[in-house]
Amino acid sequence: MSNVLVFFDVLGETLSFTQRELIAQAQSLGEVHIAIGAYQGDPTPALAISGVGEVYLAEASLPAPEVAVVDLLETAVAECGAEVILGSSTADVTDALARLAVRLDTGIICSIAALTGELLATKSELAGSYTTVSQLAPGLSRPLIATFRPNSLDPQRVDALLDAGDQPDGTVLPVRPSQGGVEVLHREALKVSARPALAEARVVVAGGRGVDGDFTPLEELADELGAGLGASRAATDAGWIEHAAQVGQTGVTVSPQLYISAGISGAVQQRSGMQTAGTIVAINKDEDAPVFEIADFGVVGDLHEVIPQMIEELRRRKG
Amino acid sequence: MVNAPLHIITLVKWVPDAQLERRYNAEARIDRSEGVLSELDEYPLEAALQLREAAADREVRVTALTMGPAGSSTAVKKALQIGADDGYQLTDDALIGADIWATSVALKAAVEAVAGAAEFESGEPEYLVLTGMASEEGESGAVPAQLAERLGAHVVTYATGLELEPERLIVTRSGGTESQKVAVRMPAVVSVTDQANDPRYPNFKAIMAAKKKPLTRFSLADLGLRAEEVTAKVRVLSTQARPARTAGEIITDEGDAGLKIVEFLAKERLL
Ligand SMILES: Cc1cc2nc3c(=O)[nH]c(=O)nc-3n(C[C@H](O)[C@H](O)[C@H](O)COP(=O)(O)OP(=O)(O)OC[C@H]3O[C@@H](n4cnc5c(N)ncnc54)[C@H](O)[C@@H]3O)c2cc1C
Repeated sequence: MSNVLVFFDVLGETLSFTQRELIAQAQSLGEVHIAIGAYQGDPTPALAISGVGEVYLAEASLPAPEVAVVDLLETAVAECGAEVILGSSTADVTDALARLAVRLDTGIICSIAALTGELLATKSELAGSYTTVSQLAPGLSRPLIATFRPNSLDPQRVDALLDAGDQPDGTVLPVRPSQGGVEVLHREALKVSARPALAEARVVVAGGRGVDGDFTPLEELADELGAGLGASRAATDAGWIEHAAQVGQTGVTVSPQLYISAGISGAVQQRSGMQTAGTIVAINKDEDAPVFEIADFGVVGDLHEVIPQMIEELRRRKG
Repeated sequence: MVNAPLHIITLVKWVPDAQLERRYNAEARIDRSEGVLSELDEYPLEAALQLREAAADREVRVTALTMGPAGSSTAVKKALQIGADDGYQLTDDALIGADIWATSVALKAAVEAVAGAAEFESGEPEYLVLTGMASEEGESGAVPAQLAERLGAHVVTYATGLELEPERLIVTRSGGTESQKVAVRMPAVVSVTDQANDPRYPNFKAIMAAKKKPLTRFSLADLGLRAEEVTAKVRVLSTQARPARTAGEIITDEGDAGLKIVEFLAKERLL
């Protein structure tokens, strides 16, 4: 069994599903240690999970884009002798782990879906059209650094894999925030929606230009289905919904059990972010829309009629 | 130094066209026999041109740099047509199969060579490297941070807005859970998203003018690098094409399509 270091760039009062998933992934590889960049107060109560060993912190919280997180990671790796270092495939985590790979003179594999005990990484490539298996070059006795795509494990499996345990101790390492270079002038928290986070949602309802400015029917449908709400770039560019909702090549990649696409043509950049969904349902006025080439169930029709009827029927069935 | 000349080096990649079918070859490498300038690299290029145009009292040069197979010179030529002042192409058989690690080793040497070769009339330049948010085929987005680490430069990723001030660059970016405005000093590496601007198209005049712009080609040896220094740390063992998605049942709404979708979802146990 190896020592595994898991990196959380930020930890709130409780672990997110993705963070729990990452710990579950790491547990299958060996003893789990955790390094945390930004936090408030004492972050250790949230980590009271059986099998979690050391928790490494810097002398002060290190919120992204603070570059000193790399010093924290480098020191933590030396402390625990990690042979595998894992994080989520988000921008800030990727930045930190990519720099760590330079410091440790080792390879990094991004956005993987699974990692075996032999450190073979499986991932989806070319917008979901290929699955590849990769590993560190043979003969390299170096740690492997990898980022995981969220939602690679079933939530029930994650729950089953994680048992409550004692609250771990935090180890403060001699790492301080950096000086100068990149100075943050202004931070503004993005609105958090009460709906499931897009990348983690098991069901996604997404709307495009066909929504024509009003997302209310899609919001209602999403709430009926407990779904995350997504959009095409045409809809986010028009300002009908925040950019964070964009699904696709330059937005969020989703892989839900069910993706409902409404008023979206299905351009390649949109498809590349959603075509690994389990089931795709499409509603579009244009029977030639490319989205119908990949839909499991397609309706040629007006979303303004179809969606309200869906909502009504879902409510009727719920009684 | 106030108003030192600025050398903006934009990285442009030649990638398989995402509109067409992309595939792996028998050596588990992406088929690169044909390509286009990555759409995602048009945004940093546009950002560079806008910075140059806005800097009235400052000498700014925009250089396009690519690393890739022989055909990748088309990406640089396109960048010259769009408006870059000069172009460089690093091409070498030893770079076939380069991973993130090897790519950033080679690009570091290339950026230093390009920055070192440039002469400016108004003094010693500072340099700024602009990149796309990710490559279109690898999509890792990890190269900018690695390159910055190797160059000893500052890094800001996922920029949605850039503004030049005398001694620093102001960048707006969307971090994971917040939007940020940061000031970064040179030398810096900044990755730019598709939210930053609307890239321009080359017109006929620009296409003609591009023919006169210099395009320099170099190899690893020209950069003082040996093949062993760019051996990939990560190997792809196998690749498997996923069965293409096929169309399922398509119906035309006859006033009951909403009901039919719900029936379908119930039948598939998705409710
Ligand atoms: C570099 C780059 C990156 C990109 N990244 C992304 C990305 O990440 N995500 C993304 O989505 N796009 C992305 N795009 C944009 C993409 O190419 C498309 O332009 C975009 O997805 C189109 O959005 P849309 O389908 O909503 O709009 P349109 O293409 O305008 O399609 C609207 C559709 O709605 C249908 N419609 C209209 N009214 C109704 C109605 N009442 N009922 C039912 N159907 C209706 C129409 O028939 C049409 O098919 C990117 C583009 C570039 C160049």
